[in-house]
Amino acid sequence: MTESTAVQSNEAASFAQKSASQTFNRLLKYTAVRLVTLFVTVVIGVYLTILIANMGGYVDQILKGEIRQGISTAVSMDPALRELSVEQRSEMIADRIRIEEERLGLNRPFAIRSLTYLWNALRLEFGRAMNMTSDSGSRLVKNIILERLPSTLVLFGLSNLALFFTSVFLALALSRHYGSFIDKAVVALSPTSAAPPWFYGIFLILIFAALLRWLPFGGMVAAPPPDNPFEYALSLMRHMILPASSLILSSIFLSIYNWRTFFLIYSSEDYVEMAKAKGLNSRDIERRYILRPTLPTIITSFALLLIGLWGGAIITETVFNWPGLGRTVFRAIGQYDTPVIVASTIIFAYLLAVTVFLLDFIYALVDPRVKVGGN
Amino acid sequence: MKNFLRFLSEIVQYPSAIVGVTIITLMIAIGVYAMVSIPYDEAVRLWRGGEDVWYQNPRNAAPSWFNYFTPKKLPETILITSFEEENPVLRKELAEKTILPREAGGDEIILTYTFEYDYDEFPKDLIIYFRSRYNEKLPFVAVRWYTPDEREIRVADMSIQARQTYRIVQDQRLVRRLRGLSPEIGLFADPESETPVPLKGTYKMVIEGLTFEQASNIDAEFVLHGQLHGWAGTDHLRRDLTVALLWGIPIALAFGLVASLGTGVATMIIAAIGVWFGGWVDDLIQRITEINLVLPFLSILIMVGTFYSRSIWVILGFTILLSIFTGAIKSYRAIFMQVRESTYIEAARAYGASDGRIIFRYLIPRIIPLLIPGLVIGIPAFVFLEAALAFLGLGDPVLPTWGKIINDAQFNGALYNGFYYWIVQPAVLLMLTGLAFSSLGFALDRIFNPRLRGM
Repeated sequence: MTESTAVQSNEAASFAQKSASQTFNRLLKYTAVRLVTLFVTVVIGVYLTILIANMGGYVDQILKGEIRQGISTAVSMDPALRELSVEQRSEMIADRIRIEEERLGLNRPFAIRSLTYLWNALRLEFGRAMNMTSDSGSRLVKNIILERLPSTLVLFGLSNLALFFTSVFLALALSRHYGSFIDKAVVALSPTSAAPPWFYGIFLILIFAALLRWLPFGGMVAAPPPDNPFEYALSLMRHMILPASSLILSSIFLSIYNWRTFFLIYSSEDYVEMAKAKGLNSRDIERRYILRPTLPTIITSFALLLIGLWGGAIITETVFNWPGLGRTVFRAIGQYDTPVIVASTIIFAYLLAVTVFLLDFIYALVDPRVKVGGN
Repeated sequence: MKNFLRFLSEIVQYPSAIVGVTIITLMIAIGVYAMVSIPYDEAVRLWRGGEDVWYQNPRNAAPSWFNYFTPKKLPETILITSFEEENPVLRKELAEKTILPREAGGDEIILTYTFEYDYDEFPKDLIIYFRSRYNEKLPFVAVRWYTPDEREIRVADMSIQARQTYRIVQDQRLVRRLRGLSPEIGLFADPESETPVPLKGTYKMVIEGLTFEQASNIDAEFVLHGQLHGWAGTDHLRRDLTVALLWGIPIALAFGLVASLGTGVATMIIAAIGVWFGGWVDDLIQRITEINLVLPFLSILIMVGTFYSRSIWVILGFTILLSIFTGAIKSYRAIFMQVRESTYIEAARAYGASDGRIIFRYLIPRIIPLLIPGLVIGIPAFVFLEAALAFLGLGDPVLPTWGKIINDAQFNGALYNGFYYWIVQPAVLLMLTGLAFSSLGFALDRIFNPRLRGM
């Protein structure tokens, strides 16, 4: 009898152990497969961007032409070289062109160069930009990007966070007062989000900068920038009002509308009715029965919002003359500066991959129905 | 038919949808009118034309509807000519022309330009374009100006060549004769008034020409550049913005519709194929979608515009290509997964329908109602995308579009200089287009999407 119980408990223990190790194995396998697929995705995506940034060798032709022209002009305009004979001069031009092409790596075939770009990018070794320099004079792509990152983050970070939390909380409130006047107004105003932020930006500049002269047309701080940090912050805030309002204005109504509809769908579930029937107070219902099941969606869109900050917004930054990352990338494209374009792309790709990877685990944490690697 | 009627009776319950449909219909009508009245080649010629096409227009003139809102009436452009042009851009009035033969050979030619001036401000510019025909001896003209209070002002006496432009405002001798007043003020100012105010009434300009040869001739075109011009005003290159505003409609609509429809239909077909065949096809589609999420959409379009081609159709193609494999493919996939299990699909399979038949006849038609609202809501995004690219200076090099007007305006400091009409007009049109499609789309979404009904 005792023997058999011992055997039984032994079996149970080994079974539990087996299932635990099975779960662990499953998790490990899932994680590995997921990581590999995400990595392959990033590699292909970045390599495609590198190919596009070169336009099938077309950009090489442009760059070579520019080098040739620039150096020929420089040599023929240089008074110190006027003494040289024509042969000597043309030799000098050829020499300088060769050096410049070597510096930019144009002497190697693009197929090899593109792989170097890819390999360096994947190791986050961005190297030097081709033509661009940071404002402090550095040629390192890292410095060019890091220099602009704060200005992008302060504007887009603050306004997007404000937008996100305002719309979620207002939507929650509206879903409680469904059918009220404000609710109807939000529904009616939601089509205004068809226009992008830069478009509202133009109107805001027109009204508040051009007509009323209350706020600056653009830029990030007053020129010259104030030395006193407090005044600097004040000037920054003043310059941020218009771009931030245009970002918020262009999507607030649609965002509230979407969240509100989303919450409404969840608050018409049977278990919410049940909770109401039990007489739970509305705070508890909201927290436990509506917010809890919608949490994965809220977290996903919040995470995507955070990584969406990378890169800023090219056009909004252009309208407001905001010195952010978007304009840096735009400038890089205009100057055929592949290293900068690739760096910006790979960072976004990594951020996206990591977020997508983590979201799976976060889902499993907040939603008991979800099992990592389960079917 | 019955379904359609039911749909109609539902949609009239949404006022926003009715407003949207009205605006869209109006836009289509105006767009068709624009394409008929200004053919494509003509629009391109006008938009790319320089001073030779647009010399009759003032620079940066506000639209003529300003006069309905201002207490002071601002002058509009006046054109009077003594010759007919081959393809005139603007309607002109004809000047009176009398020819008196002279005994010594040649003619005396008198051109009379009469016009009403009932405005409270002075014009921007006064120009006479002479055209003459002669062999050796240059014709001679004397230009006289008669004000409503019957003063006579000597403007100029000069010999003219075959084509000669006389800018009255820049004539320093005339400035001296007008006691230092710039001619556009001096020729119109009321002598009784302390501050310069234009004298209203009928003005007359007479050009007395003398030719000295047989078959010699003089013609002249008088251009008074007003402060207002046309329905939409003009830009820094004297181009009439009406052309671009009108032609912007068909371009914006075509770009938005084609991009949205192309993207939507392609996404749907690819999602259906993936779901139906499953296995590696489905996997491949999923992977491509993930890769596409990594690609920087706007940056790639900018690269295409910068490196390759700025043609609106090339950009359109890339836009569609990059927009097919997005999140939408996943939501279509989820719906197709459900539809695939339906009994009618099983029945189709049982009678031996081919894969293609099942996909195109049974799977896809089921979700078209879900597709339509998404298509309509998607249109504004593409319309604004085109405007955004144009705003960055990557607009189509030949076609006039709204985004290009905004780009020109921004680039030339329209907001700093107070040329608000330049930005506001295309912007309002863009906004109307966006609002019309999105409010219609939202209404359609509620009609076709039963879960949203009553919310």
